[in-house]
Amino acid sequence: MSQAGLIQRLQAAVAAFDFQAVSPRRVEAALAREHRTPEDLGALLSPAAAAYLEVMAAQAQAATSRFFGRNIVLYTPLYIANHCVNECAYCGYNLRNRIRRAKLTLEEIEAEARAIAATGLQDILLLTGESPAKADVAYIASAVEILRSWFACVGLEIYPLATADYARLHQAGADYISVYQETYDPALYDHVHRAGPKKDYARRFGAHDRALAAGFRGASFGSLLGLGPFRRDVLACGLHAWAVQEKYPQAEIGFSVPRLRPFPNQTQTEVDVHETELLQIMLALRLFMPWAGLSLSTRESPRFRDHALRLGVTRLSAGVCTGVGGHQGREKGDPQFHKDDGRSVAEISQVIRERGWQPVFHDHVRV
Amino acid sequence: MMINNDPNNDPLTLGGRSFQSRLILGSGKYPLPLMKEVIEAGQPDIVTLAVRRASAGGAENILEHIPAGKTLLPNTSGARTAREALTIARLARELGCGDFIKIEVITDPKYLMPDNEETLAATRLLVAEGFIALPYMNPDLVMARKLVEAGAAAVMPLGAPIGSNKGLTTRELVALLVAEIKAPVIVDAGLGKPSQACEALEMGADAVMVNTAVATADDPPAMARAFALAVRAGRAAYLAGPGRVGAGEASSPLTGFLGGSAS
Repeated sequence: MSQAGLIQRLQAAVAAFDFQAVSPRRVEAALAREHRTPEDLGALLSPAAAAYLEVMAAQAQAATSRFFGRNIVLYTPLYIANHCVNECAYCGYNLRNRIRRAKLTLEEIEAEARAIAATGLQDILLLTGESPAKADVAYIASAVEILRSWFACVGLEIYPLATADYARLHQAGADYISVYQETYDPALYDHVHRAGPKKDYARRFGAHDRALAAGFRGASFGSLLGLGPFRRDVLACGLHAWAVQEKYPQAEIGFSVPRLRPFPNQTQTEVDVHETELLQIMLALRLFMPWAGLSLSTRESPRFRDHALRLGVTRLSAGVCTGVGGHQGREKGDPQFHKDDGRSVAEISQVIRERGWQPVFHDHVRV
Repeated sequence: MMINNDPNNDPLTLGGRSFQSRLILGSGKYPLPLMKEVIEAGQPDIVTLAVRRASAGGAENILEHIPAGKTLLPNTSGARTAREALTIARLARELGCGDFIKIEVITDPKYLMPDNEETLAATRLLVAEGFIALPYMNPDLVMARKLVEAGAAAVMPLGAPIGSNKGLTTRELVALLVAEIKAPVIVDAGLGKPSQACEALEMGADAVMVNTAVATADDPPAMARAFALAVRAGRAAYLAGPGRVGAGEASSPLTGFLGGSAS
């Protein structure tokens, strides 16, 4: 199926799903099934499923144990540049925002890598804003080559590229790619991405496909929770990952659940994702694709992360700086968002151990 | 041929070495501090580990938590092709894990099914480099013959999908391997309860490998102990020669009159 055809089919399926019409009986049927369908994901995301959170949590914990053991892989993001040509309404890197812009030199990247590796971490996620002029593919490839000498696993969270560029970065040593569609609603997508190359919905949507075609081992999916109606966006995200898994059966699929946090004490809308909804989303994705990875970032509070780590999470970030640089010395550029969990790698490892789980630093062999 | 039916003198021979225990334990699914207790309780001689979890030095290194005196059976999990399995096997050797290697080539993260074709190719590559290759496989008799022909020191058919705790669901297919394959048959993956491990040994499998069943138990060391007992019971029953179901056997031959003198 063509990319355009897939987008159309996915949007039609999401539009046709009536979350309000899901009955408790339908939720129970989804919970009882061993191999779940995309319709089951819809049922588990429904308001009716909220009454089954405890059952979902128990099942999610068991399913995660089966595929991943009681292990949590620790990683940290490294922001190498925050220049950006996009005007995204929700993002700190928005071209029109007056922030300190910066780009790390290769020497600075090496120094950051050394400082991060000294904490024991072996898994790194390289991030940059979308600025082909300031952070082009050659620069990113050079950064990857440096990082691969320090870390067992290098992932990328960068702007969408063409297949040949992904192949170049894979050759340089990157194995995993994260691209979040933010919202799968085309009208809202167009509205919040006011200007810049990110306005191209289809180019972003096809990024995972191109990266896997170029040899990447795994691809991570997500929508920015709180931007649009979250049940629809998460269902669409699940369908997207499902379709990519069908095309690339060997691919390691992952999910991430970044959240724009609602103001406290607001009345609940279909957009707001409080901790209860966030947990329901995590559990629903876990039960839908129990073999998929699930990352939880430092956008979330220590309290939430400490509890959620046993309920389906496979990856936690630790020792995080969301600014450009900052692992050794001062941040050179301002952060994209403010983290809520500033604990060190040692502190987070200790919490994981106390909860009876195992912090894992090394979980990848580059082949 | 003399039948050895003494369970106290019945080593498992694998790659030219003898092992007393027929229970092989995994190591990767529970917190590392628990491993020592689990291994002490289960008393395996062989412990598997994922090479991708091992590192030279490094924080929380799995290699440092496996008690001394155990034979390491590193696996190639993460490999999707024979070449990748070879790369991982070489790394295991560099890390000092020895020459035993469990070949795991999996191209299906959803059900974790082994790719028999690539596994065969990997077996050839690894045997050529002097590894003692133990391929994890889908229990297909024809493929098992090819693997042994390629030099596999044993075959490791799955009882059920990895981590599923569903038991010996491939019973009939494993029975064919037990009947036909001259190399040891080690049932690997899917065994969820000691009774299922016992059954595998009872029907003639040479050993079992267990990981998730122990890791997901409420009390992993106690479950490891239970598996060890079940494996011994199953092997002892195999050596004792289980009776046939519902088949009464007369004390004197029923067909003894054939070919005899008239009386």
